[in-house]
Amino acid sequence: MKSLEKYTDTPDFEYATSGHRACQGCAEILALRLGLKVFGKDSIIAMATGCMEIISTPLPTTSWRLPWIHVAFENVAAVASGIESGIKILMEKGKIAKKDINIIAIAGDGGTTDIGLQALSGAMERGHDFTYICVDNEAYMNTGIQRSSSTPFGAMTTTSPPGKNSIGQKTQKKNMPKIAVAHNIPYVATACPSYPFDFLAKVKKAKETKGPAYIHVLSVCPTGWRIPSDQAIHYGRLAVRTGVFPLYEVENGHYRITYSPEPLQPVAEYLKGQGRFRHLTEDLIAQIQDRVNLDWQELKNYSETK
Amino acid sequence: MAKPMDQYKWHELTVGCVIEDVGNAMEYKTGDWRSSKPVSNREKCTKCGLCWLFCPDAAIHQTADGYYETDLDYCKGCGICARECKPAAIVMVEEER
Repeated sequence: MKSLEKYTDTPDFEYATSGHRACQGCAEILALRLGLKVFGKDSIIAMATGCMEIISTPLPTTSWRLPWIHVAFENVAAVASGIESGIKILMEKGKIAKKDINIIAIAGDGGTTDIGLQALSGAMERGHDFTYICVDNEAYMNTGIQRSSSTPFGAMTTTSPPGKNSIGQKTQKKNMPKIAVAHNIPYVATACPSYPFDFLAKVKKAKETKGPAYIHVLSVCPTGWRIPSDQAIHYGRLAVRTGVFPLYEVENGHYRITYSPEPLQPVAEYLKGQGRFRHLTEDLIAQIQDRVNLDWQELKNYSETK
Repeated sequence: MAKPMDQYKWHELTVGCVIEDVGNAMEYKTGDWRSSKPVSNREKCTKCGLCWLFCPDAAIHQTADGYYETDLDYCKGCGICARECKPAAIVMVEEER
């Protein structure tokens, strides 16, 4: 608990309380639980529809101890930018006291990569001072595991079922952090709660960034990935060590790999044991391995040429 | 406890369905979802706090003497604490009631 004092003044205060209805072993609520400790009490959260909204606020109860607003799937970034502008004006007019208020927009991978992309792109382009956290569990889990554009190649979901004529998800995972980098915003990072201190450090940087910051958090979903609930942290670690989900940050266009997993473990280590990948043949695994190697090499090139 | 939703009349809801009692999900005990519970061995525990750090349900608290204790009202029994505990001080025990 002491080691968190570097990142937050109140390490033992829970902004996301117990009593939420997340599945057993949910790494997504774990990420938010840890992340909100860094943001502290002067924060306002706008949250898109998705797992985290469903499980935390079934009316008349709420798990949040912060001002929190639920918005539709597509407009969380728009609402967050509205809150930011509103607060700025109220402060200028002297209607509320001047202080640092953190505006946080939180959405899942569906609310970010599919439905909310337009609003997010607009908010990043306009340069609002807010932090966007995408908690990526690689499918629409709250409605029962439908594919999103963030679902990795070959994964089984209910709308990309594997069989004689299908290999599961046919397309590659959308590289959302790269899209955020392409907006030339001050801070973009990828993180995973399996590496909590790396994650907390990135949240702290995002909080202190003036202007938009984007954090892409891989959050393991035991229910949707078809793994035992106690292995959520373990699989997050494997995703990083195999290079499937590299941890890096981009500050004003400069890439930096924050944790180098080299030499990379074979990607088969990560795929085996996950029910959503159990149909994969050797060929497909080799194909995924090639893709991972290519992406990792590309990322390394980026981080070296700064 | 806030009443179950189906016992509310329309005029009892706040405007915009604002929840004025923050963090009142604490009133909903998730402990009865559990099929096995974590049992920790204080002789092996090094007080590192990894169980507290990784608990998705915020169900683990530090006691005055530095050890960590599970709040069985909220623990869903996912087993992350037992798996991540480096000195293997926590084991999951099937619950009987």
